[in-house]
Amino acid sequence: MEKRCLDSQVKGVSTGTTILAAVFDGGVVIGSDSRASIGGEYVSSKTINKVIQVHDRIFCCMAGSLADAQAVIKAAKFHLSFHSVQMESPPLVIAAASVLKELCYKNKEELQAGFMTAGWDRKKGPQVYVVSLGGMLISQPVTIGGSGSTYIYGYVDAKYKPNMSKDECLQFATNALALAMGRDNVSGGVAHLVVITETGVEHVVVPGDKLPKFHDE
Amino acid sequence: MAAAASMMPNFGQQISSKNDLVPDWTRQEVSTGTTIMAVEYDGGVVIGADSRTTTGAYIANRVTDKLTPIHDRIFCCRSVHPTLTLWADPVCRGAWPHLLCGGFRSGSAADTQAIADVVAYQLGFHSIELDEPPLVETAANLFRASCYRYREELMAGILVAGWDRRKGGQVYCVPIGGMLVRQPVSVGGSGSTYIYGFMDSNYKPGLSKDQCLELTAAALSLAMERDGSSGGVVRLASISEEGVERRVILGNQLPKFSTH
Repeated sequence: MEKRCLDSQVKGVSTGTTILAAVFDGGVVIGSDSRASIGGEYVSSKTINKVIQVHDRIFCCMAGSLADAQAVIKAAKFHLSFHSVQMESPPLVIAAASVLKELCYKNKEELQAGFMTAGWDRKKGPQVYVVSLGGMLISQPVTIGGSGSTYIYGYVDAKYKPNMSKDECLQFATNALALAMGRDNVSGGVAHLVVITETGVEHVVVPGDKLPKFHDE
Repeated sequence: MAAAASMMPNFGQQISSKNDLVPDWTRQEVSTGTTIMAVEYDGGVVIGADSRTTTGAYIANRVTDKLTPIHDRIFCCRSVHPTLTLWADPVCRGAWPHLLCGGFRSGSAADTQAIADVVAYQLGFHSIELDEPPLVETAANLFRASCYRYREELMAGILVAGWDRRKGGQVYCVPIGGMLVRQPVSVGGSGSTYIYGFMDSNYKPGLSKDQCLELTAAALSLAMERDGSSGGVVRLASISEEGVERRVILGNQLPKFSTH
């Protein structure tokens, strides 16, 4: 408890949060809740969007200190657009993830932010990458993060299957976010989801009252 | 930034201990970082637990029985407060020395065992006086009384589950601090955080005994996959009017989920 209060004084607004990304057959779904809180006591924003677009088919979710995450993403967007112009082609998802990783790793003493990058590119299709707090980069078919994620590890392990259809994956993501928001007091609000495929990008927002309800609600 | 950094436990220090000849677990307290679960069904309850007891990084007992009988048809599952497994770590003690004062003991397997012994004694006595089997609610209240009275010294979370003639199968939760609440399904222990979502989505009122057994086995397996302090085998028990039926699911027979 004390640790969290000190953190908020040092770091300001932090995203206690739940973020999630999953690969399905033909694309990825990336999503998050929408609550930003100060010290776990005051909700400073009920409708913040934590899914940020870094390029046409590449999106990012941030966890940790909101300030740090926004600063890193701003720098990453710049690097990525420059890279894309140099290459004369859309960047690979791994390029976006690597840019974030370099920033996180080189500045690991000062930063307290982790990222999830999801997107589609011509070379490898749909992919999800995770950059953790210290700057490790790994690729996973499904990944969850943020404070609310601890409550849904069991659900995600049990329910995620490779090669789901788009609708199954959307339902899975919505359910997972709803379950996490139901148990974590610093996650809440609406569920922001983005579906990325070869053909394009689709934003889905599920407001609080439309979220799936579970047995004790 | 420096202040924030010093508040975080420094795991790098833990890995390269100064004295590598003496393993660090010889200095650790025994802790049942654990996962426990209890579910009510019509006619009884199902309880389950993992089987790992750790002292630091060493698994002191990989086949622990955490389902403790308190009376013929009443069991309790014991767990230590999840953050308390950190207190056994001498590095973390160093990080928060101001929180260690004279009366504070890190809860451990010993605390929960001691409470269970006391309650079993009190309940046995009470049952003889009444000349009939005790109520589950009575057992739960005895736990609560001990946990509440000594809440400063103890850090134990208990699930009490059983069957009695008056209310059938019941599950009572006595978390840290000594609250008492009846819940149709309850999980506890360090591994429980990972399965709240699974439990919320898969439990429905009106499950049969076999469905409850499957649900408990699946939930415990998922928690054991993710929690380092939980593992081993899954011990299940179903308690009803007929009696207590115990079973063990070994590691290679646990339900498997798609690994990714």
